[in-house]
Amino acid sequence: MKQITDFKLIEKQDYGNVSWLKLQSESDLPAILPGQFVEVRVDGSPKTYLRRPISIHDVDAENRCIELLVAKVGEGSTTLTMLPIGATVNLVLPLGNGFTYPEKGEEVLLVGGGVGIAPMLYFAKMLKMKGFEPALLLGGKTEKNLMRLDEYRRWGATFVTTEDGSMGEKGFVTQHSIWSDKTFDKVYVCGPKPMMKAVFAVTKENDIWCEVSLENMMACGLGACLCCVEKTVEGNTCVCKEGPVFNTRRLLW
Amino acid sequence: MVNTKIDLGKGLVLRNPVMTASGTFGYGEEYTDFVDMAQLGGIIVKGTTLHPREGNPYPRMAETPSGMLNCVGLQNKGVEYFINTIYPRIKDFDTNVILNLSGSTIEDYVSAAEMINELDKIPAIELNVSCPNVRQGGMAFGVTCSGISQVVAEVRKAYHKHLMVKLSPNVTNIAEIAQAAEASGADSVSLINTLLGMAIDAEKRKPILSMVTGGMSGACVKPVALRCVWQVSKAVKIPVVGLGGISNATDAVEFMLAGASAIEIGTANFIDPAISAKVAAGITDYCERHGFEKATDLIGALEA
Repeated sequence: MKQITDFKLIEKQDYGNVSWLKLQSESDLPAILPGQFVEVRVDGSPKTYLRRPISIHDVDAENRCIELLVAKVGEGSTTLTMLPIGATVNLVLPLGNGFTYPEKGEEVLLVGGGVGIAPMLYFAKMLKMKGFEPALLLGGKTEKNLMRLDEYRRWGATFVTTEDGSMGEKGFVTQHSIWSDKTFDKVYVCGPKPMMKAVFAVTKENDIWCEVSLENMMACGLGACLCCVEKTVEGNTCVCKEGPVFNTRRLLW
Repeated sequence: MVNTKIDLGKGLVLRNPVMTASGTFGYGEEYTDFVDMAQLGGIIVKGTTLHPREGNPYPRMAETPSGMLNCVGLQNKGVEYFINTIYPRIKDFDTNVILNLSGSTIEDYVSAAEMINELDKIPAIELNVSCPNVRQGGMAFGVTCSGISQVVAEVRKAYHKHLMVKLSPNVTNIAEIAQAAEASGADSVSLINTLLGMAIDAEKRKPILSMVTGGMSGACVKPVALRCVWQVSKAVKIPVVGLGGISNATDAVEFMLAGASAIEIGTANFIDPAISAKVAAGITDYCERHGFEKATDLIGALEA
């Protein structure tokens, strides 16, 4: 069930253009699926009227905490990254559909680009807990764009690319050697659209099942305003409600 | 105990003055985790047309200070789909379920209205003659007295329950348009629909919206809406339903003082999905604080 809840910002860490926020609720969290997102109300920013949709980076149900990675894109998101510890943060959650779990025994690769690495942490953790051995492939422009890698490594073998070669293999995620070294049954992708399309092209060529997480501009997050639509085989479809995760077979890419 | 009941006439009785505006509350189903329908006077569901519409291309929205622009373009699956698939799911909501009807020809409006007339649990149509986002989305009808007279008169013949006509603010004299709707058989008017606006990305030297222009809504339009409600309520005898930027109970009370018999909550549903029920409770609080026994006492009570 969806809820509107006040959280408290209890911990934060800045990583250049991205901030990691840990938020705690006084009440128990609803069940949250990997790949779902929250709509954050941005207080104290006169130009920011609408909530901001942000991926859920990690969940600690026992301590009633959720974690977010927030990139400073505009005034709204920048305001969120500047909140002091102890600030109240109002969230609508959980929203969207989440990733589809693989079948038993399948080999899976989670691919994240830039701040799009965010949902892959919670997904990797849940996969590991369900007995899978996920591999992670995370890409950034430079090493500064890649953060919290030790967290990712707890849940699966983690591979890295950077465009400038400052960490891991140099190049784009699609150029990483893992694609030739290993075979995968399912690939999950979150990142900038050109990057997701490039990974999709690789999976298509190799006939691999693929899900991508889209981030179209949205208002309500509930499937009411119909602003965030993506063209799919079923026509214009709300990313907030029918997505954000789509099987690439449904997309007209 | 405040009596919050509002009778808009012709069988449309609201338990309180608060409804949710079309296009901002889905079919109600999207909001059942946040709002108990029994706390609302009514919900006005998504704009529906006779035939399915894909709507306009993405991007369909742009944020503005204290508001937003949209150019969704009446995406919907058509009236038949509504009747067969949506209606059975929502007809037993414990509130008035009102359908917002749009069209591009008078024949389309009339055909759809005839079909909706047969639905027992839909007590009213809100006739959308004011969508700014499609070339023939009705706004062509809604911006002239002759246009609105024609479409309202024809739908009136086909539809025998409460007919609410939603007015555009993008006109020179909204009071005259409202009078034309009244004279042609409208049972009430609701206003305002969105204000035509535009947003530009200077860095890219491109419009932000796929259709270049779009409808502006949200807190920023409230003063315009309030002025329109005040002007119209002085010009017509039928009830006026006020909307445009209502974000809290105080806003709602202001619309009623300006002459609205009921109000609709629109874009504020996106920021606080539970806002509609809070506004309903807040109107009761206001009445108690100011010694009004009935919500109807607020209507047009502006001391000017």
